[in-house]
Amino acid sequence: MSTIRVLVGTRKGGFILTSDAGRKEWKVEGPFFPGWEIYHIKGSPVNPDRIYASQTSGWFGQVIQRSDDGGKTWEPVGNEFSYNGVTATHQWFDGSQHPWEFARVWYLEPSLTDPETVYAGVEDAALFRSRDGGMTWEELSGLREVKGSLWQPGAGGLCLHTILQDPADPNRLYIAISAAGAFRSDDGGETWRPINNGLQSPFELPDPEAEVGHCVHNIALHPSRPNVLFMQKHWDVMRSDNAGDSWYEVSGNLPTDFGFPIAVHSHEPETVYVVPIKSDSEHYPPDGRLRVFRSRTGGNEWEALTDGLPQSNCYVNILRSAMAVDTLDPCGVYFGTTGGQVYVSPDAGDHWLPIVHDLPPVLSVEVQTLP
Amino acid sequence: MIRVILPTHLWRLAKVDREISLELNGAATLGAVLDALEQQYPMLRGTIRDHATRERRPFIRFFIAGEDWSFEPWDKPLPDSIVTGAEPLRIVGAMAGG
Repeated sequence: MSTIRVLVGTRKGGFILTSDAGRKEWKVEGPFFPGWEIYHIKGSPVNPDRIYASQTSGWFGQVIQRSDDGGKTWEPVGNEFSYNGVTATHQWFDGSQHPWEFARVWYLEPSLTDPETVYAGVEDAALFRSRDGGMTWEELSGLREVKGSLWQPGAGGLCLHTILQDPADPNRLYIAISAAGAFRSDDGGETWRPINNGLQSPFELPDPEAEVGHCVHNIALHPSRPNVLFMQKHWDVMRSDNAGDSWYEVSGNLPTDFGFPIAVHSHEPETVYVVPIKSDSEHYPPDGRLRVFRSRTGGNEWEALTDGLPQSNCYVNILRSAMAVDTLDPCGVYFGTTGGQVYVSPDAGDHWLPIVHDLPPVLSVEVQTLP
Repeated sequence: MIRVILPTHLWRLAKVDREISLELNGAATLGAVLDALEQQYPMLRGTIRDHATRERRPFIRFFIAGEDWSFEPWDKPLPDSIVTGAEPLRIVGAMAGG
């Protein structure tokens, strides 16, 4: 019988939540690395017991932890992230140019094919790769050559927060940066191109259709159809049917199209989930009602999912990496909130249950479906 | 033998007790203590001094014989009380936040 393992990063440590396939009874372990910010925890698809965690602190900097036994024990691995070549500059809040400075790892993406290879998205925005299980890291610096001088930090910093691998093409990678936009590599990360055609940012950019500068919050794809991408932008939910070459809006009847995470159902490539947030200046659900919205038509037509979620006085946020799906049937959907709740729906969103109520603010949620 | 007291997060990271002992081979300076510390516990590299600049991280402080040595040069000789192990050198996470 399958086991579900939910990897939760919070402001004050990491947690591992486990359940059988029923997804009703949960065991909660943690905090791991107590007191540290755990930005992201993710397991290798090739070897699920190999798990990487980004542990970070304003006092003590960056640590990368690795487990080889499914999170029972951890060892710190390499934490040196040195930018390659000439230290370039990006836009600063006042419009001046500012040198790249490493702050932290936002996102860890273990390779789909090799447990020793893992990608790291960092602040200030850059992509790193390790081929030795996280012991050493090299920057894939071709990314910053794509108009890096025009990138600018969002409120959370200039962060590379999303990394997607194309399961059908090992040389194709997608990343997203706030606030620079989405980028694609077709040669394993050596060279990159911006894929922001069709994005509109009239309130954020002087040229609303600029090639770079858009505040992309999250991108998701279904492994069976990797050329179709879904994006939650600062404002707007977008879709691409051609690997990001062009985008069109699918916000449709959403109550607001601002938000952070976006996820795709594990068995239905046209079923997509978002959590609408009131606005860029009010980061909580509209009307104090926590509602996940599901589209079964690839966007545009959305239904509110509310059963089991608070429908009054709810003012939490759901951050960009804090929603995930399992691969059971029916598909389980999970998300964590800045109020410390982690919710599960064992039936694709129809009904929701809190797994935990009172964790520190949740930064990230990943799910492993174990045989 | 030089005694060093680490902040909670760092002794947990290094999986040691709060106080550790270090042998120095050359001059007894703060820089030499940190070099020896990072040599013996590689997971602490980058957590006290920046990897690239080798400068003290902003919210780290060094307390030595009742004084704040955070702004002293790395090669300043340590006082006898530290060198003899009569008292520990303290690496401190600065008060910050709220």
